[in-house]
Amino acid sequence: MTRQVDETILKLTDLRVEAVSGAVLVDNVSLELKRGEVMGLIGESGAGKSTIGLASMVYARAGCRITGGKVEIQGVDVRSLDADGRRARRGQRIAYIAQSAAASFNPAHRLMDQVIEMPVSHGLMTETEAKAWALELFRALDLPNPDTFGDRYPHQVSGGQLQRAMAAMAMSCRPDILVLDEPTTALDVTTQIEVLALLKKLIRDYNMAALYISHDLAVVAQVADRVMVLRHGKMVELGDTEQILLQPHMDYTKALVAERKAADKIAVIATSAQGTAAISADNVTGIYGTFTAVKGVSLSVSRGETVAVVGESGSGKSSLARLIVGLLPTSTGNVKLHGEVLPPALAERNRNTLRKIQLIYQQPDVALNPRQTIGEIIGRPVAFYFNRTPSEVKARVAELLRLVGLPEDYAGRLSTALSGGQKQRICIARALAAEPDVIICDEPTSALDQLVADEILKLLKQLQDDLGVGYLFITHDLGIVRRIAHRTAVMLKGEIVAQGPTAQIFAPPFHPYTEKLLSSVPEMRTDWLDEVLAKRSI
Amino acid sequence: MKIFGYKPTATAWIGLAIITIFILIAIFADAIAPYSESESVGQTWDDPSFANWIGTDNIGRDMLSRLIFGARMTIGVALVTTILSFIIGTTAGFLAAVGGTVIDQILSRIVDVMLSIPLLIFALIILSVFGSSIMTLILTLAILDSTRVFRLARAVATNLVVMEYVEAARLRGEGLWWIMRREILPNALPPMISEFGLRFCFNFLFVASLSFLGLGIQPPYADWGGMVRDNGKAISFGIPAPLWPAMAIAMMTVGVNLVVDWILSINSRPSGASAEM
Repeated sequence: MTRQVDETILKLTDLRVEAVSGAVLVDNVSLELKRGEVMGLIGESGAGKSTIGLASMVYARAGCRITGGKVEIQGVDVRSLDADGRRARRGQRIAYIAQSAAASFNPAHRLMDQVIEMPVSHGLMTETEAKAWALELFRALDLPNPDTFGDRYPHQVSGGQLQRAMAAMAMSCRPDILVLDEPTTALDVTTQIEVLALLKKLIRDYNMAALYISHDLAVVAQVADRVMVLRHGKMVELGDTEQILLQPHMDYTKALVAERKAADKIAVIATSAQGTAAISADNVTGIYGTFTAVKGVSLSVSRGETVAVVGESGSGKSSLARLIVGLLPTSTGNVKLHGEVLPPALAERNRNTLRKIQLIYQQPDVALNPRQTIGEIIGRPVAFYFNRTPSEVKARVAELLRLVGLPEDYAGRLSTALSGGQKQRICIARALAAEPDVIICDEPTSALDQLVADEILKLLKQLQDDLGVGYLFITHDLGIVRRIAHRTAVMLKGEIVAQGPTAQIFAPPFHPYTEKLLSSVPEMRTDWLDEVLAKRSI
Repeated sequence: MKIFGYKPTATAWIGLAIITIFILIAIFADAIAPYSESESVGQTWDDPSFANWIGTDNIGRDMLSRLIFGARMTIGVALVTTILSFIIGTTAGFLAAVGGTVIDQILSRIVDVMLSIPLLIFALIILSVFGSSIMTLILTLAILDSTRVFRLARAVATNLVVMEYVEAARLRGEGLWWIMRREILPNALPPMISEFGLRFCFNFLFVASLSFLGLGIQPPYADWGGMVRDNGKAISFGIPAPLWPAMAIAMMTVGVNLVVDWILSINSRPSGASAEM
């Protein structure tokens, strides 16, 4: 079969997706995808990116319906087909790669069985053929020991490997179109680079077309030929990647581009006058069972100062936070508050000690009790630590809400009705209610959209200027570190490999690992990925 | 009309109607019943007549009045038992989930031992030793039943304890009681409420069967299980006397189950219907 080069293989016309409640999730979006082409879909959460991705397979999530428009795959209007016709296309002609590979694999089956399941059940290949093809894919995806890789269970491989295994699963039926839904968002920058490169190679080698969904313009820039910017389910702008990056037409696109570029710059933050350390960790070691998560780390945070801890997942950043707050008792070393050694276990620390160290979590959704009103959530620490009367608590809650930029009447609402950014503001207000010396921020912006995350960072900075609170800021995002941290500590495998003023950490001479981290952060150039890969392979 | 913000299904309405009627009957038994609970008004197993609408029982008491007072006893005992068993079981279950490994091990092993003894046998032994007053009956059943509640409460709470809002409360220095009552309980309510319905049904049947065996509610109090036993022989004479209380038991059980099914379907339902599949 000869394949036409510029054959249009996916065409969406005036696509419209509505929720059962009547809200319009995707509003008259049209796009065309040719063989060999990659289109990036960019936008914040709620922009309808994933909904479009799924709708191109004529699938709508529970509670949603495709109410209008056409979905044509290789010229066939799939919406007009019956269930069998649709099933024949899903997986075979068009395949989907989801953000969380871990959630997409059945933990009880071996990887090989899951990868070959689709072609075998569709009757496209015999089991032997499917296995041979899977092995070829494992090899193409650069997986370790490809011959035996399939014998493992999902929990036995790393996140990056699992994401690649998922790419293999999507490729198992040799589809023409791949829908990639934030495939690298859950990965560390160093892993992201590998997965990106392999996905790009895969699409090129097998001459497929792809929809690449992401919130990160710099990532999309590496793989996409064209980019569609979406907002509130509507198309804002569609253009070649270069044009979107360099000459965006619409204001919203300009804001997105400017926002992403700001993250690339090193804002020089002068090291604040080093006061006495509010909290300090002195050669602390933390052990889970037989695994040493933190090895002999020393670190201190003063009031009014932001100290960033960066590293990949599994580097021990969060464990360090747990050591400091007492959730994970220290095995050796001390945690000190204003020079005074704290008991290692949480239960032995007194109320006033607990008050002075507060924690903000990565997932505001699970950090707020869904059955308590915001007034109860913020008011509790006020009443608990300061023994205020109900009317005083109420006034303080209103004040705190104002401080984090939310209307006072939110006090009566449940947190479930709020957006991610608003929830994170509530978490910040709850931490501030205790009037702490230091707030430990554990990836507080990772679960948020870029523009929202930026607002949260500004708020944190503002609060630091006004109240003089110190932050221990745990993150994997180097862009954030550059913008807000006075001092930075780089963690690798439970140890701090470099520590010092941020400007110094991010200036040569680098520690080799810092350099690797830095060079792995996608830049807003279309040729960045190829350059980095070329450099590394030398 | 909506209940707890959800629209009941048709079957749920039937269930709600049955329960409401029975509960109203139980509350206003004195006003509704044509005769008193224990007065003899006719011969043994009289046919239905204008004076005794569904006839009389084995010693000539009005069947309808006995049924009405029986509702009060049977439903009342089952309800109090279930409430008590939930208070014990939920508290212990939450404590096991929140209080750490040692407390969890102690409570769980005690419950394992209790669960290993068949419920009916256990109840029969205790009731024969201590005698069957209503108080002993309720306490025995509540404690035995609370082991089942403990299992669910512990499982639900174990999933909630790992939530970061619970961790945040711990970090704040909150005590166990606050964490159980304010952080866990409100989030554990939906599955616990449907379990309450199921446990109520079970206790209701259990009280009825104990009475049927003669160890439950004692005469002269009327109760449905006991009425089935007292009038059991009538069936061999072709007289439907034992069928009336049996039917009441069945109706109440079915009614509660219909409502529980609906509550369970709310809990497990995805946020909306899926279409275009």
